[in-house]
Amino acid sequence: MRPSTTRLLNILVPVKRAVDYAVKIRVNPQQTGVDLNVKHSMNPFDEIAIEEAVRIRERLPKGSEPVTITALTIGPPKSVETLRTALAMGADAAFHIELPETAPAPEPLGVAKAVQAIIEKQLNSVDMVILGKQSIDDDLGQTGQMLAGLLDWGQATYASKVDLDLEQKNAVITREIDGGLEQVCVKFPLIVTTDLRLNEPRYASLPNIMKAKKKAVTKLTPADLGVSFKPQMEVIKVTEPPKRVGGTKVESVDELVEKLKAAGFTAVS
Amino acid sequence: MAGPSTRLRVIKLYKELHRLGREYPDENYDFNGKLRRMFEKNRNLTDPEEIEKALKLGEYIKNETLALYSLRKYRHLKRNYVIAPS
Repeated sequence: MRPSTTRLLNILVPVKRAVDYAVKIRVNPQQTGVDLNVKHSMNPFDEIAIEEAVRIRERLPKGSEPVTITALTIGPPKSVETLRTALAMGADAAFHIELPETAPAPEPLGVAKAVQAIIEKQLNSVDMVILGKQSIDDDLGQTGQMLAGLLDWGQATYASKVDLDLEQKNAVITREIDGGLEQVCVKFPLIVTTDLRLNEPRYASLPNIMKAKKKAVTKLTPADLGVSFKPQMEVIKVTEPPKRVGGTKVESVDELVEKLKAAGFTAVS
Repeated sequence: MAGPSTRLRVIKLYKELHRLGREYPDENYDFNGKLRRMFEKNRNLTDPEEIEKALKLGEYIKNETLALYSLRKYRHLKRNYVIAPS
């Protein structure tokens, strides 16, 4: 049999269990963060990342070498539900770096180092890491970029379109930037972070969730990988934004001018 | 109800809709209550055409609900995370 020109494509997709987008968040009594006793789900940009990995597999012509999609999450025992969603959407296997319930949430640098350790110690070869551009609870948006720096790989962030060329071993990616779109060509292996317009994630149907229960989830501790999630940042205070005060109505232009003068606005000549 | 295969289809549809209903955005809309009542109303159907019609309606509601959820999520993300070009 003639050897095929495409080879096994390995995609790693780290996902995060974050506060659900629909939750009305409240600052906690200690003013150190938000009340976390609320509904959590997979970060929406990570859903887009998993969806893109699955679509890459579906777009490849029939007869190509298979694509392996590995999901990864870092967090307390409950985070495994996020992995189940990823597996139900189409990932093949998953890793769970388990942290104790009481541990503080990992920071991007810690996450990037852990992903690097997984790539270097646990996986055979990774061609592409797809991450969400930011998580909707921290809004830090740093993990992808830090990972690219640690691994010394090329990166394409805020991707709204991804096209792979397996012969050339590179990817042409359209990025959402200020003022428009930018196209970059990045060699394998690479990091991609997803933006909203990349795709519309599929719904993980009940039969797929049942099938996902049979897929392998490997549990690891930070010690197994030799990484530490010691926080480098300390949150000093979290407060709500000032309540919006109502506006007032004025009866005439003169009244408006009086009110503006009283408020300290001076005329511009 | 006619036949064990139909029963399985109905139960499968009910389970999917029930799972979806847990995430309904409006707390005052009793999705799962309505779901149960609608299914119970049709429990004694025997005509296969009627059963198919009811199943189709269930599928339609499932797709509409899925569309509602994904649109809602997309709109929220677009409003909060996409900077409109100036």
